[in-house]
Amino acid sequence: MSVFNQSRSGVIQIIFGTVFLVIIGQLIHLQVFSDEYKIMADNNAIYRKIIYPERGIIYDRKKKALLENTVMYDLVVTPSEAKGIDTLSLCNLLGIDTAQFRKKMIEVIVRNGRVKPSVFEALLSPEMYARLNENMYKFPGFMLNDRSARIYPFDAAGNVLGYIASVDTGFLRRHSDEGYESGDYAGMTGLERSYEKVLMGNRGVQRLIRDNKGRLQGPFENKAYDTTAIAGKSLYSSIDVELQLLGEKLMTNKVGSIVAIDPKTGGILCMVSAPNYNPNFLTGNQRQKRFAELYKDPRLPLLNRTLGTYYAPGSTFKTFVGIVGMAEGSIDDKMTVGCGGAYYGCGRRMGCHARGTFTLKPAIAQSCNSYFAVAFRRTIEFDKYPSYDSALNRFNQYAYSFGMGRKLGVDLPSEKRGNIPTVKDYRKIFGPKWKSCNIVSNSIGQGEVLTTLTQLANVMATIANKGWYYTPHLIDSIEGGDVYNLLDSFKIKHHTLDVPESVFEEVHDGMQGTMEFGTGAAAAVPGIVVCGKTGTVENADHGVKQADHAFFGAFAPRDNPRIAIAVMCENAGYGATSAAPIASLLIEKYLKDSIAGKERQNKVESLAKMNLIPKRMKVAMAVMDSIQRMKDLEMQIQKAAKEAEDTTQEEGYIPVIDTAKRNIPKPVKSKPLKDTSKRAGAVAILNDERKHSSKKNTKA
Amino acid sequence: MAKSYNKEVSKGVDWVVVWLYALLVAIGILCIFMVGYKPSAGFNTVTTFLSGKTNYSKQFIFFGVCITMATFILLADSKLFTAFANLFYAFGILLMLATFVLGKNINGSRSWIPMGGGFNLQPAELCKVFAALALAKFLSRQETDFTKVKSQVIAVVIALTPAVLSIAQNETGLALVYFSFFIVMYREGLPPALLIIGFSFGVLVVATLLIEKNVLALSLTAITAAVIYFMRRQVKRSKPLLVMILSIWVICVGIQRFAVPYIFNNVFQCYQSTRIYSMVGKEYDCSQNRSAIKRINEKEKAAKKPDDYNVRQSKIAIGSGGWNGKGFLKGTQTRGKYVPAQDTDFIFTSLGEAFGLAGCAAFLGIYLFLLLRIVRIAERQRSTFSRVYAYSVASIIFFHLVVNVCMTIGLFPIIGIPLPLISYGGSSLLGFTILIFIMVRLDADRQMVLR
Repeated sequence: MSVFNQSRSGVIQIIFGTVFLVIIGQLIHLQVFSDEYKIMADNNAIYRKIIYPERGIIYDRKKKALLENTVMYDLVVTPSEAKGIDTLSLCNLLGIDTAQFRKKMIEVIVRNGRVKPSVFEALLSPEMYARLNENMYKFPGFMLNDRSARIYPFDAAGNVLGYIASVDTGFLRRHSDEGYESGDYAGMTGLERSYEKVLMGNRGVQRLIRDNKGRLQGPFENKAYDTTAIAGKSLYSSIDVELQLLGEKLMTNKVGSIVAIDPKTGGILCMVSAPNYNPNFLTGNQRQKRFAELYKDPRLPLLNRTLGTYYAPGSTFKTFVGIVGMAEGSIDDKMTVGCGGAYYGCGRRMGCHARGTFTLKPAIAQSCNSYFAVAFRRTIEFDKYPSYDSALNRFNQYAYSFGMGRKLGVDLPSEKRGNIPTVKDYRKIFGPKWKSCNIVSNSIGQGEVLTTLTQLANVMATIANKGWYYTPHLIDSIEGGDVYNLLDSFKIKHHTLDVPESVFEEVHDGMQGTMEFGTGAAAAVPGIVVCGKTGTVENADHGVKQADHAFFGAFAPRDNPRIAIAVMCENAGYGATSAAPIASLLIEKYLKDSIAGKERQNKVESLAKMNLIPKRMKVAMAVMDSIQRMKDLEMQIQKAAKEAEDTTQEEGYIPVIDTAKRNIPKPVKSKPLKDTSKRAGAVAILNDERKHSSKKNTKA
Repeated sequence: MAKSYNKEVSKGVDWVVVWLYALLVAIGILCIFMVGYKPSAGFNTVTTFLSGKTNYSKQFIFFGVCITMATFILLADSKLFTAFANLFYAFGILLMLATFVLGKNINGSRSWIPMGGGFNLQPAELCKVFAALALAKFLSRQETDFTKVKSQVIAVVIALTPAVLSIAQNETGLALVYFSFFIVMYREGLPPALLIIGFSFGVLVVATLLIEKNVLALSLTAITAAVIYFMRRQVKRSKPLLVMILSIWVICVGIQRFAVPYIFNNVFQCYQSTRIYSMVGKEYDCSQNRSAIKRINEKEKAAKKPDDYNVRQSKIAIGSGGWNGKGFLKGTQTRGKYVPAQDTDFIFTSLGEAFGLAGCAAFLGIYLFLLLRIVRIAERQRSTFSRVYAYSVASIIFFHLVVNVCMTIGLFPIIGIPLPLISYGGSSLLGFTILIFIMVRLDADRQMVLR
């Protein structure tokens, strides 16, 4: 055949070869030199699923769980699969109407698409879960997904334990390198926050292959890159849950707080902030609503009053003034001060409940203002020091060494440091030539001295220990060891400035006297030698004088102190009527494990029933209630108007409802406006109150 | 009896081609399996392969049908193909015309004839075989002198008539395949200038798309001026040369300024123009497209701007394969069904993702080996008919393969043509089986002179 064409065969083969080389070239370019395709492929197809470990559990000192995990259920729907189901019966089970159902369904589809499962109803109540679970087979496309949630078996210690909540953008920014992702839950307050690192555990990551519509197909690379979740470690707390429960019961309908410490270890035995809230209220699908309610409550139930706010310590501070004077030698056990019902040493009258002539011991027992005014002034004017300034500095050194004026370092967030006024402060107020009379109010804890209740309890523990303390703390040990060194600071023994043991003995005597024949006699614990000190603190709110705060500090038993306690009730009047008996009952409960005798048990009930909510808070609450009622009324009227509109529109009476609409809401709208302004005032007062709940005003 | 019969059939059969064929179909089924595989509890490969419900199982069954068909072809007499070549061709053209009446709309093209039982036949697939036979028949006629223009024109008409019908059926991709017959005709003596002109035309079209029109016109003018300058002596001697150069210049500028925009705006559909533009990395403005404007005017749904999703996903799948690929059934893009039409037109992506560059190179190597083997078979034929037919087979397969693979790796605009022997689809597999096995049959009788 045509021979010339033989060469053309070669050309054709060369063309074939060349084109193949071009293809191979492009393949090398795509597969070897371009990394972007690999990245795009991973972005396309690999879904990182975070596996949340169980959070750690918190136990009390007797290994009872204060806080546990439970499984709650979300109703999850895959819209593309949920077709032709009996909508009506599902609505009946869920307690919604079909219109709401459709609206929710549309929301779900808009949010997440048709083929991906999304949460239809989060955190179902157990009854709802039980009802749905029986009938799930009727609703293809719907699923019940489990999810770990917190549960509080004792309904107790909400303020101490804190709560977890889903993290917001601010949180993510603050903790950007800790691996949180939007939608995660993290501890926000309390121990949940302080020990977040320990409790959260290590999250696992599962890599799954997903398809072009986002549906998951199965594990990637046979789980080779998956990491397993490691459960959070449990915490062992020093809290005694029975004591905590009793404390919370006794503080019902009161505003105030209790801190009890084991002086030997610094472990906090109970920490009550009243009013408290049921921590179980803040789990489940009603969380948001309830949180808002708590947040708006004028009694500030979300505030941990034991260390999140501070007060003038009142007469409980006198013990400390006595100790400093004795230790420095400015006073001795032989010094006597006579009191005729008031102290006039500084010109102004400083009222006093006690009359007679006192040495230290009876002065403590009877809470004699004059004695401590003299003692304090002597200390400040003591000729051992070159100046008042250095005397006050010395005095403050004592205060710091007793744990006042500084944050103690309790393992809870938002601890306040209180205030121990310094020379600098007074020079600012009174000039360089200030006198001891300028600051004499401090001698009875009514001046610029401010302490948190935990600091006060710690002072009691320090006195009980005769000169040393461990930082008060809630967590004794962590399961699997203290990997993050969170507990190290609780193992350091803090010593006060050198105070002879005899001084403490004197003070103990005085405090014992308080319980036996002094101001706290009503609060004695049968069969136990208790050392205590009452306090009644005058205070004012926006210049308006309020009922006194009641304080009580104590420790017991005297010889071998096992509990140091501080109790305060805001605006409860005389300290001996509320704070002291509460402390007494708690001491008995802790030391004897139960309250003995009918009379004492009745006392528990009567104290629990006592309503000591400060008047201004009652007023604020009433205002809020009325606003709420007004809002409800307004909403009802609007709803009625709308219903009227709907029906009349159907019937075609449009002009009629126009007038109805115009007439009904008008008077209602004007009313709440007035109320809102009132409410703003109330809130402002409260905010102020949160910062400074006392004012210097001299009397005890 | 049976033994000698067997010997009769297998005598002269080129087993290399047969085994390569079987190997490629096996690879094809493997690829379809990778695409269709869904891991689930109680997954049993054997039962799903025999169930006939999944695509890979259907392809497996088609393969069985094809083996039967191949056996029949091998049993047939070679003379049958020469004798009936023209008749087949006429039948094929008739079938293609019939689609306009009986045609069923599948994926927007009316090129399918429903056969009943859920099967559809695409006559354009079969017509390739018939056109190849008809071309071979024509070129092998004793009276055909292929150096003459008249014969060349007839050959081109034979090759391109099905193409025209395909375009009328809205199957541009299949129409393009018929241009592969130019390779055959080149082998049989078509002037090489035609190929060069064709190639130049292609370059010009791409340049038109890429380069701003005035810049391109100026550079074309500059090139013409340079050519005239360097050839000034020859130009001085012969005026026709100058006329030719100038007319080439006029044609080039005309194509660039008018023809290409006209074709893109008025002949092509909006999506076709967009695909071609996206291949060179440009965006096509559909508002200039006549059919798009017409559609808008007719208040049908507005011409939606199709993006390059297909190519992008296809490139991602192949590109993520790397050197050695992700492994059998481990392709994340394949399992996630990110690539559209992955078991048909984009089947190459599953291979590229699972087995990487190594796998692709091996696969292309097998194919190149097959093509060169067919060329070798062609060249050893004593009869022009067999040679032309064998070259047709090589050209058709080559064209399919190149267009399909280039499309998946972004070197060619997306047109729906299958990867021979690999893509899922009975018509396609059967078409290529017949195409190849007729050649094997003819080759077995290479000692005979067929006309």
